[in-house]
Amino acid sequence: MITVQHVSKHYGRHTALDDVTFHVKKGEILAFLGPNGAGKTTTMRILTCFMPQSEGTAQVAGFDCLDQPMEVKRHLGYLPETPPLYPELTVDEYLTFVGRLKRLTPRTLALRKSHVIDQVGLGSVHHRVIGHLSRGYRQRVGLAQALIHDPPVLILDEPTVGLDPKQIIEIRGLIQSLAGSHTIILSTHILPEAMATCDRVVIIHQGRIVAEDSPDRLSSRLRQSEKMSLTVKQPRPDWLERLRTLPGVLNVLPTAEPNTCTIDCQLEQDLRETLSQFVVSQGYGLLELKPLSFSLEEVFLQLTRQEGETETGEHDHRDSIGQSGQSEPPPA
Amino acid sequence: MTPFQTILAKELRCFFVSPIFYIVGAVFLFISGLIAHLMTANAGQQTIRFLQIQNTYAQLNLNELVFRSLFYSLDFVLMFLLPILTMRLFAEERKLQTFELLLTSPVGINELISAKYISVLLIYLGLLSLTSLTPILLSLYSSFHWNPILTGYAALALQGGFFLACGLLASATTENQVVAAFLSFGMILLIWLLGGLGSLFGDTTIGYVLSYLSFSEHYDRLVRGLLEAKDVVYYLSGTVLTLFIAHRVVDSHRWS
Repeated sequence: MITVQHVSKHYGRHTALDDVTFHVKKGEILAFLGPNGAGKTTTMRILTCFMPQSEGTAQVAGFDCLDQPMEVKRHLGYLPETPPLYPELTVDEYLTFVGRLKRLTPRTLALRKSHVIDQVGLGSVHHRVIGHLSRGYRQRVGLAQALIHDPPVLILDEPTVGLDPKQIIEIRGLIQSLAGSHTIILSTHILPEAMATCDRVVIIHQGRIVAEDSPDRLSSRLRQSEKMSLTVKQPRPDWLERLRTLPGVLNVLPTAEPNTCTIDCQLEQDLRETLSQFVVSQGYGLLELKPLSFSLEEVFLQLTRQEGETETGEHDHRDSIGQSGQSEPPPA
Repeated sequence: MTPFQTILAKELRCFFVSPIFYIVGAVFLFISGLIAHLMTANAGQQTIRFLQIQNTYAQLNLNELVFRSLFYSLDFVLMFLLPILTMRLFAEERKLQTFELLLTSPVGINELISAKYISVLLIYLGLLSLTSLTPILLSLYSSFHWNPILTGYAALALQGGFFLACGLLASATTENQVVAAFLSFGMILLIWLLGGLGSLFGDTTIGYVLSYLSFSEHYDRLVRGLLEAKDVVYYLSGTVLTLFIAHRVVDSHRWS
């Protein structure tokens, strides 16, 4: 349904997208994950024919974004990062305006409008002026705008930004309910969102695709060790060293919480039994032992480490300056 | 409804709910009414003076005393006011990010620009038609030639249409409405001053070209009641050219 092949985008000397290739099958939900400025919005703008790519080809619903932009635009609904709203119009007027722009006939428009208003939960505010609505409602109006002509392809740039947790769950539910009949690309920098809603995740960093897979497979692919968290009641001073000597344990690191450590174990070895027996036999007083799942968050950090490192570097620098001026207690 | 009609209707609606339109309309009508009143009062005083000096009754030319100066003053008012009407056309869309909605909808840039231009032109012509109260009222109490007044109104319509196109172009270049207003004001003043520059060069080719490029000589002829094709062609081609540049500017945002 969506085909992007070797697409690059240059702004003068700056390269925003570098040889990006991916496909989205019909009915699939694809998440675009990346730090801010990674090229998510640029890719979406190319797919929506808002801006042309410098190199490569992009196709949506079988139409080329450069050669048949009108056809592409007819077949997609797009929610930009900031919902494109006219504050002086009411929700009804606005949706009518967008529906007419998308060339809906009056009868279809009336049907679609009431359907979409129900779908995104705008029933109570549909006669109100958009300028008076809260951030969450505006985001929904933006979503309604993208859905009004029932497009086969939906491109949503950070669809849940600015919503409260309840609304986020509702919108995620809505997006998932659209899958199957619609092909959806959504961008986000919130990892649980990608985990919760998507079939496939494309991680993009500095204009390049660094990983592409299902959320589960991505985390398992990059897993190098099983992690456990252990909390005890009365440890001895040398307890960490002694834990480290156990077979199958790769490393033991203390955590910020007292009497708690993280244990790296070899892959595909369940050491829970060995560990618990050891702790009990040594009389440390076992309080908690649990496996830590390797989250997408860690995958993401691992893949985009370069940026992470420079950021931490800056952070440290700032901290040291701050501390030279006044002595603040380190954060717990 | 075609997208053109949709955008046109929405633009007109936005004008009628925005305070800017009412302020510009009120100021324009008030100033033009005031100028008309001053001109008429002035004409009345001149009549009395004429009677006192010459002791004879002279038929004064209202076309010259009232309307010609009225048209010149209105032209000046338009230079200041029309940029305020046009400043939001594209700047606001870019500020609100609705520009992205328009450009990712199956709507051509031609339709977009023409709908926006026609909307503001209709608004302006509506305001202009309200000033026709002055000649209509005066015609009840005096007699004058209607033809120069009709060409004068044609001049105001053409001139205003050209200013609006300049304003639309300025608005397409920025997302700041104040910048858009000043930019179009500057453009209009510059085109106006080309006439002065042209007269500096006198009877040379550059002089002729510069004076032709300025609207003052074209406006002048129309206000005097001379309806010539070259003046109409000047305004229409200037407007179309400016709108074409605006088209290129809007299109170029996609490439930047």
